[in-house]
Amino acid sequence: MATSDAHLGSADHPATATGLDNRKLAMWAFLGSECLFFGALISTFLLYRERVPEGGVRPEDVYDIPFTSVSSFVLLMSSLTMVLALAAIQRGDHRQLRIWLVATAGLGMVFIAGQIFEFTAFIEHGFTMRSSVSGSAFFVLTGFHGAHVTVGILMLLVMAMFSAAGRLTQEHTMRIEMLGLYWHFVDIVWVVIFTLVYLIP
Amino acid sequence: MRSPLRPLLPLVVPLALLLAACRDDLPASTLNPAGPQAREIDNLFRPVFWIAVGVFVVVEALIVFAVFRFRRRPGDAANPVQVHGNTRLEIIWTAIPAIILAVIAVPTVRTIFALAETPEDPNLVNVRVIGHQWWWEFQYPELGIVTANEIHLPVDQPVHLEMTSEEPAASGVDKNAIPVAHSFWIPRLAGKQDVLPGRTTRMTIQAEDPGIYLGQCAEFCGLSHANMRLRAIAHTEQDFDAWVRSMRSPAPEPAEGTLEAEGAELFQRFVTPEYPDGFSCLACHTVDGTVGDQVGPNLARYGERETLGAGVFDNTEANLRRWLRDPRAMKPGVVMPDYGLSEEQIDALVAYLMSLGAEDGQ
Amino acid sequence: MAVVAAPTRRPWPRRPSATTGFSSWFTTVDHKKIGILYGVTAFFFFLVGGVEALLIRINLAAPTTPEGALIDADTYNQIFTMHGVTMVFFVVMPLGAAFFNYFIPLMIGARDVAFPRLNAFSYWVFLLGGLFVYSGIFLGGLPDGGWFAYAPLSSMEPGARMTFYAIGLQIAGVASLVAAVNFIVTILNLRAPGMSLMRMPVFVWMTLVVQFLLLFSLPILAIGLFQLTFDRAFSSLFFNPTAGGDPVLWQHLFWLFGHPEVYILILPAMGIVSEVLPVFSRKPLFGYAAIVFAGVAIGFIGFGVWAHHMFAVGLGAIANTAFGVSTMIIAVPTGIKIFNWLGTMWRGALTLTTPMLFAIGFVTMFVIGGLSGVTHAVVPADYQQTDTYYVVAHFHYVLFGGAIFGLFSGIYYWWPKFSGRMFNERLGKLHFWIMLIGFNLTFGPMHILGLQGMPRRQYFFSEGLGWDLWNMVSTIGAFTIAVSVLVFMFNAVRSLAAGERATADPWDARTLEWTIPSPPPPHNFDEIPTVHARDELWHRKYSEDRQGRPIPVVAGAAGEAAHGEAHGEAHDDGTGDEHAGQHGFHLPLPSYWPLVAAIGLPLIGYGLMFHWVFLAAGTATLLAGLYGWMLEPLE
Repeated sequence: MATSDAHLGSADHPATATGLDNRKLAMWAFLGSECLFFGALISTFLLYRERVPEGGVRPEDVYDIPFTSVSSFVLLMSSLTMVLALAAIQRGDHRQLRIWLVATAGLGMVFIAGQIFEFTAFIEHGFTMRSSVSGSAFFVLTGFHGAHVTVGILMLLVMAMFSAAGRLTQEHTMRIEMLGLYWHFVDIVWVVIFTLVYLIP
Repeated sequence: MRSPLRPLLPLVVPLALLLAACRDDLPASTLNPAGPQAREIDNLFRPVFWIAVGVFVVVEALIVFAVFRFRRRPGDAANPVQVHGNTRLEIIWTAIPAIILAVIAVPTVRTIFALAETPEDPNLVNVRVIGHQWWWEFQYPELGIVTANEIHLPVDQPVHLEMTSEEPAASGVDKNAIPVAHSFWIPRLAGKQDVLPGRTTRMTIQAEDPGIYLGQCAEFCGLSHANMRLRAIAHTEQDFDAWVRSMRSPAPEPAEGTLEAEGAELFQRFVTPEYPDGFSCLACHTVDGTVGDQVGPNLARYGERETLGAGVFDNTEANLRRWLRDPRAMKPGVVMPDYGLSEEQIDALVAYLMSLGAEDGQ
Repeated sequence: MAVVAAPTRRPWPRRPSATTGFSSWFTTVDHKKIGILYGVTAFFFFLVGGVEALLIRINLAAPTTPEGALIDADTYNQIFTMHGVTMVFFVVMPLGAAFFNYFIPLMIGARDVAFPRLNAFSYWVFLLGGLFVYSGIFLGGLPDGGWFAYAPLSSMEPGARMTFYAIGLQIAGVASLVAAVNFIVTILNLRAPGMSLMRMPVFVWMTLVVQFLLLFSLPILAIGLFQLTFDRAFSSLFFNPTAGGDPVLWQHLFWLFGHPEVYILILPAMGIVSEVLPVFSRKPLFGYAAIVFAGVAIGFIGFGVWAHHMFAVGLGAIANTAFGVSTMIIAVPTGIKIFNWLGTMWRGALTLTTPMLFAIGFVTMFVIGGLSGVTHAVVPADYQQTDTYYVVAHFHYVLFGGAIFGLFSGIYYWWPKFSGRMFNERLGKLHFWIMLIGFNLTFGPMHILGLQGMPRRQYFFSEGLGWDLWNMVSTIGAFTIAVSVLVFMFNAVRSLAAGERATADPWDARTLEWTIPSPPPPHNFDEIPTVHARDELWHRKYSEDRQGRPIPVVAGAAGEAAHGEAHGEAHDDGTGDEHAGQHGFHLPLPSYWPLVAAIGLPLIGYGLMFHWVFLAAGTATLLAGLYGWMLEPLE
């Protein structure tokens, strides 16, 4: 996240006309855009989910709902650890901050590992991006979600490293808050995907 | 100032041009309807157009008037009253356009639904239209015939089109055509309807009088999109039935020893330096008017075709000769290549093709 | 602002400090310089797109045969595709961005945008995206599938051309999306004290609506472009009809972006015209609230009309009805703006300067484009009109007669402010009249040609169809437009070289940018102004008598100094801040990193298309750029 150079008013004025921090507002705007991004991906999948050639592998044929449920739970727990990370920096506990940041990243990595494991199994069963239109839609949707999680994991680890190097101080709380917003968003998108793509026939 | 009509002067020239442009005798013009569907559209468009012209005149006149009337004069104090708005006026000028639009919407919606219906007519002719890169295939499933690029219709009978875009797989031919979106459009008969791969679209057309109606593909479909034309040929019912019968009859064998017979043989198999093992026109074409889904246009009764290359060139011997020499020089990107035919081979093929359909003196 | 107290600092390249000189243009984060970069780049692309248009008109000057066309089909298809892509993505959008960049902070009383380095990044990404698409000319050919690239032609056509389209536009989209976030935060958060939303200039409002349109429409295009790219590069099946892919999905995704896009193209010009007309009528905008609400309404409804580009696709009578009706509905807020502008001029004291002429030209030409749009909303009529020159006429009336005329109005209006010079009025008027005549000669006849059956996107037309006269007229018109552009360029060069120096407020205008010198100093305002009213500057200069006529305020109000309460600029941490001058302004330092990060994107693009080495290099460059950006000291 870019550092804001927006300290451009005078000290006598509130920093912003709305009272909202610039960076927080920026993150909300960006996440609004991401809603449409995933909306278009999900709509494409819903349109295409049935389009499998005669006798081809359908997504329902390869889903392992119990496994994916555990994965989803892991991701949800990572949102909890993210909340704990933010709470830690807000009360000045930088050691706890690092622990919870790493925990969040770790849970995220478990989720991604689960995704990779699942997708490898799908591909082995013949459900691939090229095996059917349904496959194209599925993998591009979940792939982009996974990419978003991965970017989040990298950011979490970078923040943890900065904290360990003493470069993340109290006044950088906003960065953790922004990262939290992003992480929770990615989690919510997964809940929607899991429901619409996996659970609802 | 001067006459209050002066501000309208700048509008005179454009309006005059506009009215002069509304010629209604052009062969591909939407303003020259020749069928009920096109007429229904024209009947809806014309009043709307004139309403739009009316709005144009009033609004532009007001603007031009304002520019002249309220221009700052030298020595003017230039202190106009700082009016911020007028709620009543603003409500009125919001309501009036809304009402005009609501009024226009009623016949609009009615016409949408009217045009979407397939007429219940026992004489309905069904045609399956297949768009290819860059030619049209017309199959008449109930009549058992197939033709290309020129769709024949009986007058005063609705013709129902079921349309899709396909590229049949080709064997032995280096085929580079892909199934893309096209659009079927014969302006004098009806509006256009897209022709899409993987989907079927439908429309009805009908010609009021015998004659030829020009059309063109209206959705950019690649290199030779501009060379993908079509025409509708409307016949009296008798003539149409005769045409159907003639399409069903097999092409007569040319008399032995004639140039046409030589052409018929070459059509089945020719050998050229580029194709030393021999090749056949039958790989892509047929002269049998009952066979469809070929790689290239059906050539049944070729001699009576008006055009060549999907409506782009007049069907003359000279043009056909040039086509056989090098199709891609005439129509870029077509699947059919230069086979390296000799002039003699071309002469024979031209004679043969032009003889198809000419036997009954059509 | 508190200083980061890091215990140990690794040695770090110092941030560049020069704000003048050639290299400073590569590291600038000053919104004004970035605005000029956008403007100059967009103008360059305008000339390119204009040449493309002239080539189209050369082929269509007279009837011919398929073999007789001067420019062959393959070249022509690239030319008309790039004409559309260039004008939409590399001319009108960045010209709007040029104005947002330069003038939004000035109009709201701020010193810069919320995220200056992100702003620089946007510009570089836009430039590189445009160059990426055009680089195809050396690497297999320019995109040739039409500017809206319908599948499956775009997804299945062999070669690299449409991949350049997909990836290039993806890159350019990043620029606009990031800028949208930046300007939303800027407009909402950095307004000067007292500037409530309903006191913002209309140009600022229209810009705000545009940024939200970008924010919500670009991601949909991004998905379409990703699907197109994956079909082409990785053999996915999104638009493959034999596998069950649906070409209509592309159309839906594209137009869900594409329709809001046309409002993105026109609203800035509407905003400019809403600034220019009041100044040169010496009256406030008539019905400010209505214009603002109409703009917002257009933004919302604009997401509900997209399938009016698809009436001939066969979506069915119900869908066609719904979209026909929604399109008629959107005509209402669009139309009432015309009356508001007319009301502004009515009983004003009009001065017909060049910016005013272009603004009036906008209004008169937009009426025509709007009316032809209404005829499109009459769905069955559109079955005849769509994909013909009638549509080409419609959108050129709104995009050229509308957007381009409006943007020229802005260029002339704000010319004194950003260049510090006056332009030659006679040449300006000459430009206007030649362009107006040329424009109408070019596009007026296209209405007729479309109704007479001439389809779009054809590299030649035949004899015997009755299209000869109007095509020739249109070609003559196109070259007339070209002449007018040359007049403009001559005027521009002359003005920059030797034009009369401009004062702060040469037009006796109404908004805050005219309170500061021409051109403005880097810090914009000596003191951040306090705003007491809409048209704040006007109210400082004039009060009203009992009839509502303006009378000059006696105590020297107009001119350079910001009025109202004084605000201390209490910054004492100006270490290394060379441009603070005596006032101690804290301005963001220039930076290399936005450009470095931006370079990563086209490299990644080439990597996806040609060789993984570029992919690795691009990713590394992007990450390095972001890393440097995040870590560089603020001063």
